[in-house]
Amino acid sequence: MAYSEKVIDHYNNPRNVGTLNKDSKFVGTGLVGAPECGDVMRLQIEVSEDNVITDAKFKTFGCGSAIASSSLATEWLKGKTIDEALSIDNMDIVEELALPPVKIHCSVLAEDAIKSAINDYRVKNGLEAIVLEKSHH
Amino acid sequence: MKQPIYLDNNATTPLDPRVLEAMLPYFTEKFGNAASRNHAFGWVAEEGVDYAREQVAKLIGCTEKEVIFTSGATEADNLAIKGVFEMYKEKGNHIITAVTEHKAVLDTCKHLEKNGARVTYLGVKEDGLIDLAELEAAMTPETILVSIMYGNNEIGVIQPVKEISAIAHKFGALFMTDATQAVGKIPVDVNADGIDLMAFSAHKMYGPKGVGALYVRRKNPRVKVTSQMDGGGHERGMRSGTLNVPGIVGLGKACELCRLEMESEAIRLSGMRDRLESTLNKMEESYVNGNTQHRLPHVANISFKYVEGEGLMMAMSDLAVSSGSACTSASLEPSYVLKSLGLSDDLAHSSIRYGLGRFTTEEEIDQAIAVTEKAVNHLRELSPLWEMFKEGIDLSKIEWAEH
Repeated sequence: MAYSEKVIDHYNNPRNVGTLNKDSKFVGTGLVGAPECGDVMRLQIEVSEDNVITDAKFKTFGCGSAIASSSLATEWLKGKTIDEALSIDNMDIVEELALPPVKIHCSVLAEDAIKSAINDYRVKNGLEAIVLEKSHH
Repeated sequence: MKQPIYLDNNATTPLDPRVLEAMLPYFTEKFGNAASRNHAFGWVAEEGVDYAREQVAKLIGCTEKEVIFTSGATEADNLAIKGVFEMYKEKGNHIITAVTEHKAVLDTCKHLEKNGARVTYLGVKEDGLIDLAELEAAMTPETILVSIMYGNNEIGVIQPVKEISAIAHKFGALFMTDATQAVGKIPVDVNADGIDLMAFSAHKMYGPKGVGALYVRRKNPRVKVTSQMDGGGHERGMRSGTLNVPGIVGLGKACELCRLEMESEAIRLSGMRDRLESTLNKMEESYVNGNTQHRLPHVANISFKYVEGEGLMMAMSDLAVSSGSACTSASLEPSYVLKSLGLSDDLAHSSIRYGLGRFTTEEEIDQAIAVTEKAVNHLRELSPLWEMFKEGIDLSKIEWAEH
């Protein structure tokens, strides 16, 4: 399968690879996917007192599109407020990376990872978890 | 753009220039129809076909009359299995095959199940070989055909065909083998191996695409198959259709070259394969898939745990290889062959198949090793699973959100 230039760029130069301290109360961690399915994404955000995402890191086990989707997600997350981050839709990722239909699940996984990281952060800070729409996969 | 190193010779092989040279005249001045009996154009084409038939027969130890030319191994598999089922249905309706067969065999069997066949799909052991006792236990008086491949396309394991054919014959069934990956690579002798029908193809042995053959035994016993393509009665009535003369000439020449060069070539290939495999197997958490004693000389199938196969192939764009990863298939399911060895889905997703060939060089193997090591290390840096493994977290204890 031919990849778009943007996928290849993110794949070759992944942004924000790494690990944040998952025990910090300012850090939210989302771990989604399953090894049996061939993709696992771990996305972490660091949030300031005024609800702005100051840092984001990822590690992904998966195909090039999965790696690119999570790399792009971390790039988009930095500097956004939690509310803005919640509005990121998987179709935005599909469009930006020009993912073909068989790779849409990679973008869904990235959206799930964002929401799951935000929920982890919320729960840690005594807030209720946001009920996630059952994503379409 | 620099061409990647070609290590996917199980998918197809490049055409040997010597084969091309043999074929070329049959596109132009020797263009005749081999079935034209009444003029020189036909005779010349027929001569070319006859000579190719001899070259093929010599490679597999049969007589010329036992070679039926087809469009490839898939057609030969179809003709053998459907043809035997139709021809021998008075005797029984039971066929035995194995779960690791090529789709050309499996899907043909599935098709026949809709038409009244009963098919047993034997599982395989962890090393990819079938259990002979299980085969024997599955045999019934209604069993008309046992179809087990010679060498596997994904992991290269060689089934004990001699023992399998003996069991089939003991119960009065025919033995058919899809030998697409084996013919031309290792010695295959239809008499020594007790083979009644055998499918193979030119493009896996440096011949052209679109041509293959079915071996059909004529003596002890005389095997018959019902034709699946009706028409002019070519190929002793078993496969009608104007003969693909250039292709057949190419198949013949490819067989001759394989026969003459097989012995030294197998040593050269297995030497390079073993070096590739043992070097890569030294990497942490890498696993060689399939039996390493009974297998083809040119195949290595290795899983690199905690990295995903398609992602890995993308990082190895300097290599043309293939993966058992789901992402490479339309189904999103990882390789059914690797899964049937009992490999967990994640290891199947992490597998890479290296298929060496006649034109593979030692330098290319050096590069393949370097490229693979670099890519695996790069992707493990990106892999949350690798990080967890390094931290001593038991991944099987994590509740994964299946999607």
